[in-house]
Amino acid sequence: MQSLILRTATRILVSMILVFSVYLLLRGHNATGGGFAAALVAGTGFSLYTMVEGSAAVRRGIRIDPRGLIAAGMAVALVSGLIGLFAGEPFLTGMWCTLSLFGGKEVALGTPLFFDMGVFAIVLGMILTLILSLEEN
Amino acid sequence: MERVARASSLLPLSIFLGAVFLVPHTAAGEAYRWVYPWIPGLGVNLSFLLDGLSVLFALIISGVGFFVTLYAVDYLHGHRHTGRFFLFLHLFMLSMLGLVSADNVLALFVFWELTTIFSYLLIGFEHESAESRKSARQALLVTGAGGLALLVGFLLLGIAAGTYEISRMVPMAASLQEHPFYGAILAMLLLGAFTKSAQFPFHFWLPNAMAAPTPVSAFLHSATMVKAGIYLLARFHPVLSGSAAWTATLILVGAATAVMGAFTALGQSDLKKILAYTTVSALGIMTMFLGGQLAPSLMAAMTFLLVHAIYKSALFLVAGIIDYQTGTRQLEKLSGLARSMPVTALGAFAACFSMAGFPLFFGFVGKEIMYKGALAETMMPNLTASAAVLANGLMTAVAGIFLIGPFLTGPARHGEPGAEACGSMCSGPLILGGIGIFFGIVPEFVGSYLVSPAVASFHAHMERVKLELFHGINTPLVLSAVTLSLGAILYLSRKRVNRAVCRSYQAIGLDGSRVYDRVIEGVAAVGRLQNRLLQNGSLHRYFAVVVASFVLLTGYSYLSGVQALPDIGAPGLATRQWLLLLVLLAAVGAVVVTRSVLLAICALGVVGAGIAMIFLAHGAPDLALTQLLVETLTVIIVSVILLRLPGLGGAGRKSRARKSFDAALALSVGALMTTLALAMLSSPLDRSVTAFYEQSSYLAAHGRNIVNVILVDFRSLDTLGEIIVVATAGLAGFALIHRRRGRS
Repeated sequence: MQSLILRTATRILVSMILVFSVYLLLRGHNATGGGFAAALVAGTGFSLYTMVEGSAAVRRGIRIDPRGLIAAGMAVALVSGLIGLFAGEPFLTGMWCTLSLFGGKEVALGTPLFFDMGVFAIVLGMILTLILSLEEN
Repeated sequence: MERVARASSLLPLSIFLGAVFLVPHTAAGEAYRWVYPWIPGLGVNLSFLLDGLSVLFALIISGVGFFVTLYAVDYLHGHRHTGRFFLFLHLFMLSMLGLVSADNVLALFVFWELTTIFSYLLIGFEHESAESRKSARQALLVTGAGGLALLVGFLLLGIAAGTYEISRMVPMAASLQEHPFYGAILAMLLLGAFTKSAQFPFHFWLPNAMAAPTPVSAFLHSATMVKAGIYLLARFHPVLSGSAAWTATLILVGAATAVMGAFTALGQSDLKKILAYTTVSALGIMTMFLGGQLAPSLMAAMTFLLVHAIYKSALFLVAGIIDYQTGTRQLEKLSGLARSMPVTALGAFAACFSMAGFPLFFGFVGKEIMYKGALAETMMPNLTASAAVLANGLMTAVAGIFLIGPFLTGPARHGEPGAEACGSMCSGPLILGGIGIFFGIVPEFVGSYLVSPAVASFHAHMERVKLELFHGINTPLVLSAVTLSLGAILYLSRKRVNRAVCRSYQAIGLDGSRVYDRVIEGVAAVGRLQNRLLQNGSLHRYFAVVVASFVLLTGYSYLSGVQALPDIGAPGLATRQWLLLLVLLAAVGAVVVTRSVLLAICALGVVGAGIAMIFLAHGAPDLALTQLLVETLTVIIVSVILLRLPGLGGAGRKSRARKSFDAALALSVGALMTTLALAMLSSPLDRSVTAFYEQSSYLAAHGRNIVNVILVDFRSLDTLGEIIVVATAGLAGFALIHRRRGRS
């Protein structure tokens, strides 16, 4: 698309959308958000970018094939489940550890976050696969 | 790669040596049992029992496996998929070893199915050949169907016995045989055994399985997998045998298979097909003797099992060498091989003489004990003996055909190029042939260390039966002499016999292979029919069928009065809610009326966004967020697709009747959904589940967002299932889009 306004706005918008998507992913455990919603947001951003700059630009930007993203997400989700299994608990049991940050703040880090990242990667991979294939067809 | 493959022969070798180490112990009557709980709640254990029978099978499996592995390294030299081949081969071997040592019927079933799967992969190894694929599928379907029957039989057996452990069923044999399930159990188990061991009329898959590379035929389709059915019959002999049904079925089916297989072998011209049909015949003989009740019969079955495994795998390896070195397996094209490949010929000689049952070869011992066993039985001794004589006579003739034509007569036509095969290929048939001679000279040793312990593990009251080289002049010896002369006569008149056989087959017209083809065609026809009716590619029809069934089935419960209609009062909505409702209705109206694609898509998006608003207004922010995002993406994807299509003009050309049908359907779905939603609201909400999550979400899972905690922690297995669906849908969409592109 040749609209200068759209192109300029897209640059700014897409970067903000992607940052917002990561924010949704990370806050999901305690507030509205989560891997699925974050992936949808990111997918919307990439769709916008695809329409404006074309699919080749998106492929250059993400570097890996979106189908690889699906596979990687599946691997992350499964491994996050296996961690519980190796600790002697049933498959997919959440395992937690507490990290101490500077200033005495403590953050709980657990396998469900990795599982959610797996969900994120799979859903985003699926959206990108479809959008890019349709656009190139 | 080749070095790895060669080194992998250490696996069968070490298993073989382990089994040899066990031989003195099992010969003394010891048995070893291990139990690992697998699904203890269902009584499924990985329990293993090593007794004489298991050890005999393990020796055959690992011994032949060792030679086949070494042989295959050179046979497949330079093949693209060598690694895959050896992976399948060794996994098959391990499943087979699991099968013959499992003591739990369900574990046995799992190993049984694994051998079926690896057999499928190995028969279809040359997957670019259509014939190979067809044969692989045929073997899979026939043995897989038998496997299902076997599972039914095992489950019934487990219900009847109250346990799935075979060793605990044996003492219950008497009560099991009076159980009302006995008939069904017997039928199902026999179906499983007969399909796997290629008994008439299921034998047709085995000759077709010769599409597999020759090492596979030598290993799976002569020495091991096809013997799984024989193993099953032997293992369950103490539990199920003794009834007239057992004896009669096994003897009749076995005799028919033995005679039919041997007659068919006589007329074949492909070396591997000859061997395949004699294998069918040999399996028939073993089945027939397992029908017996007395020790001599069972000794005969187990002795012949060993005899056959040794000579048949050697002969398959020989056939493979001939094919590899000369490029043909056709009988009429081969001649004078004894001169051009003397080492291979030596192995072939030893194996063929054992097959023909000449004295001093192991086959002779096997034949003697067969006649002795047949005559000792009380049920149908004459039928068994005559079937054995006839089948053995035919096999003698086949041994002659295999040996005399290609090896002894004519000039060494294929002498020049590459004459003899390399050492590791030749050593297999040579050593296996040598074992055949060695066992033939010391039958007492083989009998007391290998065969008797095997029989003793499924036939407890074992009177002593010795394998001997010379029993004195008696009926078995006379029958042996008759067999050899019969073989000679059959060999000399083979052309005439073969013509008669062909004519009688045509006259009978009973052919399992044709029935199989009919069934497959029938299944395909049903598939095409239901495709035409239900999946004709019209999205409209799919949707109409789904929605109409929903309306009819759910609506029926209201119309018939089973379910009372909910009380529909005036909904107490605030003004802003009424406004939202109006917007939604206007958007729906626009979707229905408009002819513009873009407007229709956007109006649909408005409907979705409006629903998100409703979620938000009722305190479900996660749901609202997801709904809004999904709606946004849907609008994007649908517009990318629809904007390339020719527009909605087609909708205007639909007939009036079709339009009013669609409208009626849409309105009734809407009415039904409204009714359901109101009905749901009128019943009180059960908040106990919600309360549980509210309480334990932060304490147990460190999260304050219940929805997310449920998704990624409490019910993450469901989510895992869903993301697998999402991933599959993505890949399927990709395939669909690219398929279209490939076509255009």
